[in-house]
Amino acid sequence: MTEVVATNQTILVVGGGISGMTAALEAAECGKQVILLEKNPSLGGRVSQLYKYFPKLCMPTCGMEINLRRIKANPNVRVLTLAEVTQVSGTTGNYQVKVKLSPRYVNSNCTACGACADAVTAEFPNEYNYGLNNRKGAYLPFFMAYPQRYVLDPKIIGTADADKAQAACHCGAIDLDMQTEEMDLQIGSIIWATGWQPFDADKIQPYGHDRFANVITSVEMERMMDPMGPTGGRLVRPSDGQEAKNVAFIQCAGSRDRNYLKHCSRICCMATLKQTTYLREQFGDAGRATVYYIDIRAIDRFENFYQKVMKDDNIKFIKSKVANVIENKENNNPILRGVNTEGYHRYADEYDLVVLAVGMQPSVDFKSLGIDIVVNDNGFIEQNPHNGGMFAAGCASDALDVNRAVQNATASSLRAIQVINQVAGAEG
Amino acid sequence: MSNTAKYRNDFLKEVEANVEEGEWVKMCMQCGVCAGSCPLGNAWEHTPQKIFMMIRAGKRDEVLSSDAMWMCTSCYNCIVRCPREVPITHIMHGLAHYAKRLGLVPANQPTAKFAQLFWNNLSKRGRINELTLGLGLYFMNGFVEGIKTSIKMQSLGLNMIKTGRMNVMEIFGGHSVKDTSGFHAMLQKAEEIEATRIK
Repeated sequence: MTEVVATNQTILVVGGGISGMTAALEAAECGKQVILLEKNPSLGGRVSQLYKYFPKLCMPTCGMEINLRRIKANPNVRVLTLAEVTQVSGTTGNYQVKVKLSPRYVNSNCTACGACADAVTAEFPNEYNYGLNNRKGAYLPFFMAYPQRYVLDPKIIGTADADKAQAACHCGAIDLDMQTEEMDLQIGSIIWATGWQPFDADKIQPYGHDRFANVITSVEMERMMDPMGPTGGRLVRPSDGQEAKNVAFIQCAGSRDRNYLKHCSRICCMATLKQTTYLREQFGDAGRATVYYIDIRAIDRFENFYQKVMKDDNIKFIKSKVANVIENKENNNPILRGVNTEGYHRYADEYDLVVLAVGMQPSVDFKSLGIDIVVNDNGFIEQNPHNGGMFAAGCASDALDVNRAVQNATASSLRAIQVINQVAGAEG
Repeated sequence: MSNTAKYRNDFLKEVEANVEEGEWVKMCMQCGVCAGSCPLGNAWEHTPQKIFMMIRAGKRDEVLSSDAMWMCTSCYNCIVRCPREVPITHIMHGLAHYAKRLGLVPANQPTAKFAQLFWNNLSKRGRINELTLGLGLYFMNGFVEGIKTSIKMQSLGLNMIKTGRMNVMEIFGGHSVKDTSGFHAMLQKAEEIEATRIK
């Protein structure tokens, strides 16, 4: 049984992405007791799936490493992975939270040697790579996973693979009898850092993400560029594995559209501008990008990044929301069709690959979860006195880039600390 | 006249007041998805995207005498894809209707001509007379043209008669709704209401 001590001076942070880690650490480093929950087997979240950050074009692994170092060094943070909140009741300074802990089937003896993964045979779509490749039924979520411990997919439990994995383990780390656990926590303040999910591109039927191999999403492109990713860092066409040198980007794929997401997801313009630089990085002068946009929203000081990209002759901008994408049956090239607003010219342009700059939507539907918190029309948490001691951090509050998510998480941490100080004051 | 008069967009206000769903025109953000999605886009003088921009630019004569709204086949692709849920098809029909009221329909516009034929036929007895409507359509562009088309469509007509879809006796007036005078009173009332609504 997992032992967790919590009081009404404890802060619960839900979600172990960049915002959740930041919020948890800021509070813990102020001396508060923090429990950090993550529903996946590892901390890291969406940011760990990025190749590079904008605007500095540095790797997110470095920030991840610093945060993990801080977590390991701080006894005030208790990390629980494979953990989900199922119910919240009570009020500010006195919440009762029910948490479900799913079995990992691997205990703390694990040395991450990988013998179990070698032993098993069944494969499943790799969530970390948005299904671009497969992983084994016994796996390490990704190379920087924390805790650095393998996981058994619940689908192999009860099959021969589970026994093979157990037999292969040299450390007695595999425990096939692990069960789902329920925990009741006494909590003073809750920070929801539940983050975002990419809008389901299959829903945008005219763009054919579900029909054409060479129509991918921006998050899939990030995985392709990762040297440890499914293509070993090569940007290729999924249809034939050839290099994708001439790439089109479709902006507002799902965002600013009353049929899909009403809000502007704010990050997609910068993400695309960043991704156009990947083409130059990978193919030099042979790399070409064309961006189809309604208007480019490179927010505040990112304007100079936009200006820099615009100066590149290999990167073109076409002011038009693409009407539809069809496929050239001979070579599987996607063909974009529409009308260019600047001159009203009709076009049908062929590319090696199309990247849909998909929007951000909240990953949790708080209403259906029955949690009494104020959300806006787009499902993001509003800052509202009604929420009492519950606060949103990062993309649970709005579509934000990493920089703003971290700022937002720090602010939420301070709000939670204020609640805990009031509780502590009242308790003497 | 002040210097700013040329920038005052009276035509947008006119459209908002007189065209069905006209108040939506200002919501267009010129993304172009309607223009790109229109299956007849190549065949028109102006796509919806262009028409909306022209309305906002005050190009009254060009808009109202355009053939664009008459070419719309009501496939609804534009409405379905419009990110702002602008009722584009309805606005196009509204513009056609308004141009018709003002007598600005381009001469010999075939859709407009057929619409008039259809209306004349329907408003007589409250039912469409397939035979006279069909013949009216064939002879729309003159007698010789009409004879040629009739000969070409002969087998279709005969098949329709055989299967009971058309009756040759319809040439003498044809079937009608039960209460023809009531139907006419209704149409007249509708016209009165519309006259007060649209100036």
